[in-house]
Amino acid sequence: MSVTQILFWLLSVLAVCSAVMVVASKSPVHSILFLIITFFAISGHYILLNAQFLAIVNIIVYAGAIMVLFLFVVMLMNLNADSEPPQKNKYILFGGTIAGASLLLVLVAALKQTVTTVQMVETNTGNVGLIENLGKILFTDYVFPFEISSVLFLSAMIGAVVISKKEA
Amino acid sequence: MPINYYIFLALALFSIGVIGVLIRRNAIIIFMCIELMLNAANLLLVAFSKIHTATSSLPTAGSDAQIFVFFIMVVAAAEVSVGLAIIVMMYRNTHSIDVNFLNRLKN
Repeated sequence: MSVTQILFWLLSVLAVCSAVMVVASKSPVHSILFLIITFFAISGHYILLNAQFLAIVNIIVYAGAIMVLFLFVVMLMNLNADSEPPQKNKYILFGGTIAGASLLLVLVAALKQTVTTVQMVETNTGNVGLIENLGKILFTDYVFPFEISSVLFLSAMIGAVVISKKEA
Repeated sequence: MPINYYIFLALALFSIGVIGVLIRRNAIIIFMCIELMLNAANLLLVAFSKIHTATSSLPTAGSDAQIFVFFIMVVAAAEVSVGLAIIVMMYRNTHSIDVNFLNRLKN
């Protein structure tokens, strides 16, 4: 096994195990910390695919900004394992798990047959995911969606402030 | 790496997200599971973009998918800020983050 394969399996196991722990752990703070581990593992996958820009953006935006926002809200509400609403209905617990596992089974079974000639994903090669190339495309072909997204951010900011403001 | 491995990894992460949305009652955990599903889709998009790079003759082939992933992250950031504001407002009104309290539209 080459170094790339070892890293792939290591990051995959890390991502899936910590994703399971996000769902399974009782305390919301632990869930958030496990989700941060998952995002770092996915960033590692991006680096393995030589998509360096997305790896950095994933760490900064997801692990850096979004998860800190989650952590901030959880600590503001002072949530812990005791204040966690218990899932009283055991049938929902079993039914949800079986439904999700069936979805995984059906999708894996369906997609196993479609890929007849196994395509190899290029790892460690290509300069498509580098900042130079993506920056050029973002500010030439995709400059209009880029500007629209700034309007989206402005409206989201105003919306968040208006919603979370105390009623006068 | 063969594309199958990336497909199955993304499917596993997506299914874990679906299970989390179905079985948890904490609104914040449900929101985090939605983020997990978004990330599974992003990972698959990047993996397919690298296949496109390998098979196409254009030097910049596959960069469109990575721009899409960037915009998905942008929209996710905006969504999280509004969604957490809604959860904070809900906590202030009901003093709970249990989603089962939100059944007033049922009657």
